[in-house]
Amino acid sequence: MSRPVDVEVGSELPERTFTVTRADLVRYAGASGDFNPIHWNQRVATSVGLPDVIAHGMFTMALAGRAVTDWTGDPGALVEYHVRFGRPVVVPDDDAGAEVTVRGKVGALLEDGRARVDLTVTTGGEKVLSLARAIVRLA
Amino acid sequence: MALDRELVGRGYPPSAVYEVGRAKIAEFAAAIGEDDPIHRDADAARAAGHPDVIAPPTFAIVVSLEAAFVVLGDPEVSLDYSRVVHGEQKFTHHRPIRAGDRLVATTTIDAVRSVAGNDLLTTRVDLATEDGEAVCTATSMLVARGTA
Repeated sequence: MSRPVDVEVGSELPERTFTVTRADLVRYAGASGDFNPIHWNQRVATSVGLPDVIAHGMFTMALAGRAVTDWTGDPGALVEYHVRFGRPVVVPDDDAGAEVTVRGKVGALLEDGRARVDLTVTTGGEKVLSLARAIVRLA
Repeated sequence: MALDRELVGRGYPPSAVYEVGRAKIAEFAAAIGEDDPIHRDADAARAAGHPDVIAPPTFAIVVSLEAAFVVLGDPEVSLDYSRVVHGEQKFTHHRPIRAGDRLVATTTIDAVRSVAGNDLLTTRVDLATEDGEAVCTATSMLVARGTA
């Protein structure tokens, strides 16, 4: 994928929507080693006060990271990435799953050809990350 | 019981070596739906200037969260894991993690706070190669609900 050109403060990343199903969570649990049952077992999730099974925060972080690295064209160019988890992504036990939408824009141009990207990550119109920003190398 | 502020700055011994494998990187990339060949094709990674396939940026959690669990197991911390949720995560990549890396994790307690009945524990995990090359710093803020 080619690198973005003519980047300035306010430049927007292509909006991305990701579908998250229970199968995705099981797969992520296996790959990451995070087997907390609130991410795959409704009985346990509801017993600790959650509405249903929720996605791993790190899975949401990874999806939002893809929106950034697909834009820069280089997964190795993401040098700093910081998120604060606000609200969980609830994943129903159906084939449709949940939808996570990632929007981003360049918040600042930094020295050494780097830029700060500010992300807005939502599900069902609600923000799931109360802070999400990445610093990427553009050149 | 609220966490003791004296814990701030406490360090833990370096972890055992975690050897990063190509298959693990490919598995993680597939799990997050990332199909960039730089994660599974060593030739593509070399063409992009890397010695071997590189890991997606959040792969660092595979190594760092396990290291941070050392803190939860500290008898002077002893947070109830069933009450713990992930509040915040930050990665600073000094360079991408890549296949063949032999990583050692060193964990430190960076901050302890109590807010609205919750204990907030911030751990910093420094990932370096066995030879001491800094690779990634992963900072995790964990929230223990209703423990303070």
